[in-house]
Amino acid sequence: MAGTVSRIVRGPGVATARPKLTEPKWVRVLLTTIALVFLGAFLVLPLVSVFYEAFRRGAAAYGAAIIDPMTMAAARLTLLTTAVVVPLDIVFGLAAAWAITRFQFRGKTFLITLIDMPFSVSPVISGMIYVLIFGAQGIFGHWFIDHDIKIIFAVPGIILATWFVTFPFVARELIPLMQAQGADEELAGHVLGANGWQIFTRITIPNIKWGLLYGVILCSARAMGEFGAVSVVSGHIRGQTNTIPLHVEILYNEYNFAAAFAVASLLAFTSVVTLIVKAIIEHRIKNQMTLGES
Amino acid sequence: MSISVSNLSKRFGQLAAVDNVSFEAPQGALLALLGPSGSGKSTLLRIIAGLEEPDAGQVNIIGEDATQRSARERNIGFVFQHYALFRHMTVADNVGFGLSVRKVDQEKIDHRVNELLKLVGLEGLGGRYPSQMSGGQRQRVALARALAPEPKVLLLDEPFGALDAKVREELREWIVRLHDQAHVTTLFVTHDQHEALEIASKVLVMNHGRIEQEGSPLDVFDRPATQFVADFVGESNFVEAVVSQPELVIWGPFRFTVAGHAVGTRVRIYFRPNDVYLTSKPETLQVKGRIIKNRFRGPIIEHAIDVGAEKLVLAHVPKGLSLASDFIEGREVYAGITGFHVFPV
Repeated sequence: MAGTVSRIVRGPGVATARPKLTEPKWVRVLLTTIALVFLGAFLVLPLVSVFYEAFRRGAAAYGAAIIDPMTMAAARLTLLTTAVVVPLDIVFGLAAAWAITRFQFRGKTFLITLIDMPFSVSPVISGMIYVLIFGAQGIFGHWFIDHDIKIIFAVPGIILATWFVTFPFVARELIPLMQAQGADEELAGHVLGANGWQIFTRITIPNIKWGLLYGVILCSARAMGEFGAVSVVSGHIRGQTNTIPLHVEILYNEYNFAAAFAVASLLAFTSVVTLIVKAIIEHRIKNQMTLGES
Repeated sequence: MSISVSNLSKRFGQLAAVDNVSFEAPQGALLALLGPSGSGKSTLLRIIAGLEEPDAGQVNIIGEDATQRSARERNIGFVFQHYALFRHMTVADNVGFGLSVRKVDQEKIDHRVNELLKLVGLEGLGGRYPSQMSGGQRQRVALARALAPEPKVLLLDEPFGALDAKVREELREWIVRLHDQAHVTTLFVTHDQHEALEIASKVLVMNHGRIEQEGSPLDVFDRPATQFVADFVGESNFVEAVVSQPELVIWGPFRFTVAGHAVGTRVRIYFRPNDVYLTSKPETLQVKGRIIKNRFRGPIIEHAIDVGAEKLVLAHVPKGLSLASDFIEGREVYAGITGFHVFPV
């Protein structure tokens, strides 16, 4: 390619010699086919097979697996965890993004690195950390036992572990957005007499709402699907500390495939919904970016 | 005094962005802060607005010490360089923002917004979003928004910086008219000397965080107080020579009468290209030279003239006059200097 380009640049009749920007047809067909086969084999096929396996024993068996009390308990715990973790992530993400994009301070780079840590640490390790800190043999274990507070092998542990693995999502989504938008609008609001709360609710939030929602969606999806970290701290007590992903594992290990896939289909279904909502929001963000001044 | 600033200083690390600056702006003045980028003019403006905290010094607004007040308590209008319009609000909501955060009732806000949109010539466009407007329109929305809460002073940061030349000129005239009508004390920052000289009642020339000169546009242009002003405002020929006899400097064929410089000291002499006059026939005090190069610069033509000294002398001649006199390259001409400024080296 380099030779072609330089020849064109040197040539006197530049206008006539245009570089070919498209590949030959057979290359395009080949690449497209590879991409489609890959997508089909690794994404579409597994998704279809989840639903196929789930319904193999018929709709009645599917229904029975879903309304099973243990499944319902797992679903409740997953929803509870998500409902607690997502608001915490929103508060943390907003605070972190605000601090990082609006102020200069020492250790800023370190803070950004810290926010990224849950992405780089294996979820199992993050679960282990909580066991080491809060477990019976852990640093604070005795204190919690003495005060009759259960964290590990109980709901608080699951919430903590889920929180840890999901907290970067909102901040990661907001930081580039707020950096791109800059602080000028907020300063303008300040000079015009708005107080901090008015600036936040009337200028900051409307400007970042789609980015925030996007972060919340990613965060919820991860909170519902988290397996590794939760598995370590949960204790797998059926009906009490089992989330949906853990419940799927238990059913599968018990060779109860139809039920396992039925419950898995719940998660698969939420992912599909998440993807659709995500696509809609991405579209909105794009619109909003173009709505802003260049 | 509307704005009075005394001994303001602000450092960013090693750099003194604003260095012991004091000045006053009387009620209703239209002041320009003129300087190259990095001269500290924007920082000074932001300190007055309360967007930046000074390390030392005092800011008085309408006779009251505002140094400790936050920007929202200073009741000033501020127009940002890139307008900073609220992108998710309509033009009307943008203009009304300063009133609505003060809990003014909606009817009054609507009335004031309409009044201002009329003033800035954007009547009927209140329902649009900033992204649907041109640069010049956005600038006017920003102005209307700043004026809505009836500020005591208006501060503009490079107000025309991001606009194309034609729109700049229109807005310049329009700002003067607006200032005459609203009569609010206005301070604007610019790096464009034409802008400053054309519309300001007083110009403050800044360099390295200090005010080099403060005066009327004519003063600053005709009587530069420092070498920097002589060099930065307008265009200049400058030559260096030694005072050879009492009150006399000789550079090439030119003889400059200077006062207050001892014999033997080296001086730098500035003279503007438009203070060099050319004729085809010799007149008194003129020297002979040859036109080396002509540059067409719109209303004037710039002639580079070789007078037999170490550098060429630039002369600006109105296009019509130049063409009529047939000042073409290679021709012999006679040049005289009508005004110059001397500074010690």
